[in-house]
Formats: sequence, C-alpha cells, structure tokens
Amino acid sequence: MDIDALLLARIQFAFTISFHIIFPAITIGLASYLAVLEGLWLKTRNPLYRDLYHFWIKIFSVNFGMGVVSGLVMAYQFGTNWSFFSDFAGSITGPLLAYEVLTAFFLEAGFLGVMLFGWNRVGPGLHFFSTIMVALGTLISSTWILASNSWMQTPAGYEIVDGRVIPVDWLAVIFNPSFPYRLTHMVLAAFLATALFVGASAAWHFLKGNKSAAVKKMFSMAMGMLLLVAPIQALVGDQHGLNTLEHQPAKLAAIEGHWENKPGEGVPLVVFGWPDMEEERNRFALEIPHLGSLILTHSWEGQFKSLKEFPPEDRPFVPIVFWSFRVMVGLGLLMIALAVWANWARWRGRLYESSRLHKAALVMGPAGLIAILAGWFTTETGRQPWVVYNVMRTADAVSPHGAIELGVTLALFVVVYFFVFGAGIVYMLKLIAKGPQPYEPKPEPSDAGSPGEPVATARRPISAAMHDRSTHFGDQ
Amino acid sequence: MGIDLPLLWAIIILFGVFMYVVLDGFDLGIGILFPFFPDKTDRDVMMNTVAPVWDGNETWLVLGGAGLLAAFPLAYSVILDAFMLPLIFMLLGLVFRGVAFEFRFKASERRRHWWDKGFIAGSICAAFFQGVTLGGFIDGVHVVERTYSGGALEWLKPFSVFTGIGLVIAYALLGCTWLIFKTDGKLQENMIRVARPLLLTVLAVIGLISLWTPLSHPEIADRWFAVPNLFYFMPVPVLVLLATWATWRQLGQQPHAGPFLLTLCLVFLGYSGLGISVWPYIIPPDITIWDAAAPPQSQGFALVGALLIIPLILMYTAWSYYVFRGKVRPGDGYH
Ligand code: HDD
Ligand code: HEM
Ligand code: HEM
Repeated sequence: MDIDALLLARIQFAFTISFHIIFPAITIGLASYLAVLEGLWLKTRNPLYRDLYHFWIKIFSVNFGMGVVSGLVMAYQFGTNWSFFSDFAGSITGPLLAYEVLTAFFLEAGFLGVMLFGWNRVGPGLHFFSTIMVALGTLISSTWILASNSWMQTPAGYEIVDGRVIPVDWLAVIFNPSFPYRLTHMVLAAFLATALFVGASAAWHFLKGNKSAAVKKMFSMAMGMLLLVAPIQALVGDQHGLNTLEHQPAKLAAIEGHWENKPGEGVPLVVFGWPDMEEERNRFALEIPHLGSLILTHSWEGQFKSLKEFPPEDRPFVPIVFWSFRVMVGLGLLMIALAVWANWARWRGRLYESSRLHKAALVMGPAGLIAILAGWFTTETGRQPWVVYNVMRTADAVSPHGAIELGVTLALFVVVYFFVFGAGIVYMLKLIAKGPQPYEPKPEPSDAGSPGEPVATARRPISAAMHDRSTHFGDQ
Repeated sequence: MGIDLPLLWAIIILFGVFMYVVLDGFDLGIGILFPFFPDKTDRDVMMNTVAPVWDGNETWLVLGGAGLLAAFPLAYSVILDAFMLPLIFMLLGLVFRGVAFEFRFKASERRRHWWDKGFIAGSICAAFFQGVTLGGFIDGVHVVERTYSGGALEWLKPFSVFTGIGLVIAYALLGCTWLIFKTDGKLQENMIRVARPLLLTVLAVIGLISLWTPLSHPEIADRWFAVPNLFYFMPVPVLVLLATWATWRQLGQQPHAGPFLLTLCLVFLGYSGLGISVWPYIIPPDITIWDAAAPPQSQGFALVGALLIIPLILMYTAWSYYVFRGKVRPGDGYH
C-alpha cells in the first residue's frame, strides 16, 4: 500500500461523508420542525401552520432524497475503502449499522411515502403519526451511527482475539465514554443548522419585501429556537471538550495548540496562531495567559498533556484540528450573538422591521452547516493517526487498492456530486424563493404539489394572507 | 450449541437481498422501460406508481450491506474490495436514479429531460452493475490470507457482462408487469405488448446461465447432476417453465396482478437456482458462511434485533403499499 493510495482513500471518504452529513443535518432538523408544525396545526387549526408544513415538506423531500443516496454510498465505503478496518472491527460497527437500518432507515422510509404523499389518503391522525415516525427515525439513526463513531473515538467493551475485535459488553460498546456528548452535540447541531436555515429563508423574504404572516411566523420560530439551543450547544461543547481531555489527550492538545508545559506555569489559551509541526511551536500566536488552564482544569495553574509528550508519529495534523475547532467555536459564538440580538429586537417590537438583523440572519444561513463540517474535521482529523483510537492505525485499515482506481473513482464522485447535489441545492433554493403559499386541497387525492406541476390556485388573495396579522401567535 | 447462528444470518441476508431484487427490481425496471415511453404523461404515471415506496425498496440493499458487515465481516470486506469498481458504478447509478424522483418534478419544463435521462441511465447502470457483481461473485473471488488477491478489473469477464445484461432484462420484465398491475388504459395495453418479448428473453437468459455455470464450474455441475440431488432440484427448471407458461397465458386475458406475481415466482426460482449453485459458500469458491462468521456475540446481538424488527418492518411496509393501492392515473399527481 503506497502513501498516495492511502491519502486518496482518505480524501474520498472525507469528501463523500462531508457531502452526506450536510443533508442529514437538515433532514434531522426539518423532520422535527415539520412534526411540530403539524402538531400545532392539529391543535390550533391555524392555517398558517398548515401552510408552513406544506412549504417546508417540499424542501424536506428534495433534501431527504439527497440524504438517502449519499448515505447509500457511505454504507458501502467502509468495505470498498477500508476493508481491513471492516474485517477487524466489523463485529462491532456492523451490528450497530444493522440496528440503524432495522430501527431507523426502514422506519423513515416506510412512513416517508405517507408523509409526503398521503395528506389526503389517510386521516389527519395517521398522517401526523407518520410525520412523527419519520422524525423519530432520523433521531434513532443519529443515535446508532454516533454510537459507532464514538466507539471508534473512545473504544470500550471489547477485547482483541486473533487480531480481531470481539465485543464483550454491548452496553459498554454503545454507551462508550464519548457517546452521550457526541450524540447531544450532533443533534443540537442539526437543530441549530436547521433553525439558521429556516431563519435565513425568512430573512431573504423580508429583504425582498414579503412580510406575509407565514414568513413572520417562521422567522419568529427560528429565532426562538436559536435562542434556546445555541447557548446550550456551547455548554455541551465545553463538556465535550473536558471529555476529550480525559480520553483523547493528544487531540485536545492539538485543539489547543498546546505544545509544551512549562513547570509551574498555567497554560494559556491560544486564540489565533499557526501551529508549526516542524518547529513544534505556534507561530504568530495570540495568547491569553492562564485561560487554557481555567477552561480545561478549572484552576489557575493546572496543566494538561501537551503535544510534545506524544511521539511525533502519534500526533494528528495540528493545523487542521486547531483551525477547524476555532471556526466551529467562532460560529457558535456568532450564533449566540444573533440569537440575543434577534430576541432583543423581538422584545423591542422590531423583530420584523430591522433589516440589519435580517441581513445578519441571511448571512448566517449556512453557518450551522459550516460549523458541523468544522466540528467533524476537528473530531476526525484529531483522532489521527488512528481509525480506532489507540487500537488500529488508519494506515493499517485501508483497502489494498491502487492509486489509479482510487483516483478515478474519486474524480467520478467529485463530478457526480457537484453536478447532482449542486442541482438539488438550486432546486431547494428555488422552492424557498417561492415562499409559503396558502394551501388549497386539490380535487384529486394528491399532495406536496411541486412547481413543475399545476399547483392548486389560491382562492384567497395572497395579500389577505399578508395582512393577516392575527394576534394569537404571540410573537410580540 | 443449539442455534446455528451463521445459518440463520445467511437466511436473513438471502431474504433481504431477495426483497431488494424484487422490490427495487421493479423500480429500476421502470427506469429501464422509460426510453420506450417518451410521452410526458406516461412517464409521470410510471414514476408515480413507485414514488411513495422507492426509498423503502432501496433500504433492503442497505440491510444487505449492513447485515453482511455485521454477520460476515470477512465476506463484506473481501467482496466489497473485489467488486469496488462495479459497486461504485452501481452506487453512482443509484444516486442519479434516486434524485430523479424528486428533481424531475421540480425541474423546469426545459430541464426535465435531463432528469429523465439521468433516471434512465442511472437505472440501467445500477441494474447492469448489480448483475455484473452477481456474475463475478458466482465465478469466484481469489482470497489469500483473508484478503482479496485479484486485480481491480478481475470482475470484467464475458460471463459477468452477460449476467449484467440478463439482470437488466429481468428488471425490465418486473417493471413491466408491475405497471400492468398499477396502470390501465393505453399505457397498460402498451405494457402488455412489451411483456411477451421480455418474458421470452428472460427465459432465454435463465436457460443460458443454467448451461453456462455448470459448464464452466465442474463443482457446480456435480452439485446439480449428482444422483439424489438431481431429483431434489428437478422441480426448479420445471417450475420455471410452468411459471413462464402461466405468465404468457395471463398476458392474453385482461391481466391485472397476475403477471406481476408470476414474474415474482420466476425471479424467486432463478434466485433459488443460483443459491443452490453457490451454497454454502459466502465467498465462492472456498469460504463458507461458517468460515466467515463474525463472533457469536455479534451475530447473536444483531439477530435479536433482526428477528424482532423485520416482521414489524414488513407490517408497516405492507401498510404503506396498502395506502397507495389501486391504479395510478394521469393527473393523480402524488407530486
Ligand atoms: C448524525 C447523523 C448521521 C450521520 C453522522 C450519518 N448519517 Fe447517514 N443518514 C442520517 C443520519 C446520519 C439520516 C438523518 O438518518 C439520513 C439522512 C437522510 C435520510 O434519508 O436519512 C441518513 C441516510 C443514510 C442512508 C440511507 C438510508 C435510507 O436508505 O433511507 C445510509 C445508508 C446512511 N445514511 C449511512 C451512513 C453511514 C455509513 C454513515 C457514516 C459513515 C452515516 N450515514 C453518517
Ligand atoms: C460554541 C461552543 C462550542 C464548543 C465549545 C464546542 C466543542 C466541541 C468539541 C470539543 C468537539 C470535539 C470533540 C471530540 O471529538 O473530541 C466538537 C465537535 C463537534 N462540534 Fe462543537 N462546539 C461548539 C459549537 C458547535 C456548533 C455551534 C456546532 C454546529 C452547529 C458544532 C458542531 C460540532 C460537530 C458536528 C462536532 C463533531 C461531532 C462530535 O464530536 O460531537 N459545535 N465540538
Ligand atoms: C458525519 C459527519 C462526518 C464527517 C464530516 C467526517 C469527516 C471525516 C474526515 C474529514 C475524515 C478524514 C480525516 C483525516 O484523514 O484526517 C474522516 C475519516 C474517517 N471517518 Fe469520519 N466523518 C463523519 C462521520 C463518521 C462516522 C459516523 C463514522 C463511522 C461510523 C466515520 C468513520 C470514519 C472513518 C472509518 C474514516 C477513515 C479513516 C480516517 O481517515 O480516519 N466518520 N471522517
């Protein structure tokens, strides 16, 4: 196995998984959002909720399709690219993936048809139930796949016999030390990314002059969600970091850009800098003394393991870990700022008026997805050079393919993904640009009308909906 | 030791793959038939017969992969390694096929034909490379010390190309009879017209594969033609002929679900035939399901879930088909 092929296999995996995670993140968030909207519609019978449901479900369906096909690729990448890993650890990752298929993918797929196309085919109760099942499926799916990934980060409950992993305690495997943190952090990340996405869609309509009641409603809901979740995410992330300090000290040292401990001195927090792997120090570093100790050990002069305490071949590539972490945290702080600003504006009665706020919300639209990618890059690159932390090296995991096959397939993936998912993202944006429409049932049993098709014509003039400033939404 | 875990798992995986072949078979078949039905309304109807269920159909493929990884990690790693290229081509085909369901209805009038073509090419490509993988699998995989030892293009042989083409045709027949079941009027008549030639071609393909495999693999010939076995296995070809004949007759008399169900029988028989040829090897020609088995802790743990949950899955899948029962007509815009 030559180095080029290993590098290509890693790039291929990183490329396909990075595309994949974008779609699940929105799927997870939107599925729950749709369940909430449908529940509110059934409870209050306020047509706004129904209209929003029918608006977002179209975007959801496009996004879901892309999530499924990109996920299908992932399920096979373990074998095509990491065959030694699959043979070595398949006895653990396999059953977890099998449970994911059995408990989550089938659930999503089984109820998706009814959710998308069954509005007039089943009663409202059953339809609501289907939506909930889909939303539940996405959460169950996250649970299993994160158990699997967390086990690779902080393996537990296994022993190695004849060069292969044997599970001895499944509860310990699933509830491995980093799993609770990773699951919470990722699900919240999906909710945040979706809230920002919904908020940006509304903000775009505001800036275009469309201040219909439905658009206001979704902006208000998104900003409320942001205020609720963004601060919690920062707290969870902090705890996650402490957990990493305990179980993956080399990764944490890379995150902090912490090269060495000086006797009796606290560790500074490196805000910015360029970690130099050769010289084993940070260049152009901007440091805040003692803050690193304070955050991670909760004491003024506490110390934690530094990079130099690990042999060079056991260190991850520090610049990526260091910088992707800062991108994530920076965006997280911006999200908190946006949430505070928006809800302060709400309190002042300017939530729908301040175009500066709307511009900020629009710009922050992709921030959740970027933070998710940055977070995964921190986590996965920080785990290097191991696939299974301290157990199996990435270099020993890779399939024995030649660089040519890997190069060709990588090129194919890049071309196809940019073309197909690029088009899909354009369709999603077009659907968003259309904005929520008052829903009128069609005479035929049908649903989720699409722009390519004749859509039910609104009998109610749209302006009526726009001026429908009902009071019972409690926005202000 | 009472339970033979590898055996149970082999049955589950065989069942999952069979469900996949049958269910996604007719989805893919619709894409394969698309070129012969250029009319937009026809195409809308064809798509809408599967739009609510295709995702569930494809999930059986994921179960096949995940089940293999869980129960036979060695087989998963060797087979996916050996067939990396055809499998990746198949996956890319499924990408186009899968997104076409949504994109086709979201695209502008001018761009729609792109996604029609993507749907066609994706379906054919996925079906063909599944068949190629199947053929290469039957032909055997070289393994040395738990690792695939052949080249990157070893799967590319006349036999596997033939099975690839064969599977495309078989899926087309499944799609065709499914549409006879789910449509009416002119579209149904056209489907009935296509069905007979397809049926005969499928019969010819089955016949050729049945000759080709024993001729090129003496051990497979031994298995089929040794004396007691011959009698046990005799019903398979006889039933194939019977099913073909019954389908042929059905097609002549205002068919509804009949041809589809009979085609399912046909596919099942072909599938069993291949099973008989390969059993009990999970990586032919030397590695059996027992050699490749994951530790019992893994197989047992996953088995509990599989046995409890698969019946549930079958139930709500059936319910979802039931919700969308009946003929699909133009203007029934699910979309
Ligand atoms: C935190 C969540 C998460 C993460 C980290 C992953 N996925 Fe995923 N995946 C989902 C959350 C999800 C989902 C929300 O359940 C999806 C998205 C859209 C969908 O249909 O389900 C999905 C779809 C999806 C599908 C298609 C399911 C179907 O047919 O319905 C497969 C096969 C995979 N994924 C496999 C993987 C693999 C092998 C991963 C790791 C390498 C992975 N996913 C990472
Ligand atoms: C604001 C403060 C935040 C802190 C302190 C924080 C902390 C962390 C830490 C320490 C890790 C690495 C864990 C490890 O692998 O050992 C991580 C990973 C990750 N972060 Fe954050 N995070 C924050 C905000 C965010 C935000 C806003 C998002 C996305 C919207 C996000 C998404 C992720 C993801 C997807 C991962 C990888 C998966 C995981 O390991 O959980 N994070 N985070
Ligand atoms: C969903 C979000 C995820 C993202 C964005 C992500 C990202 C990445 C990246 C960037 C790498 C390359 C790291 C490097 O080589 O420096 C990688 C490697 C890898 N990841 Fe993930 N990952 C994700 C989830 C997962 C999950 C859920 C699993 C397993 C269950 C997983 C398993 C692996 C494996 C096997 C490798 C290859 C070995 C390696 O290079 O470390 N990843 N991932």
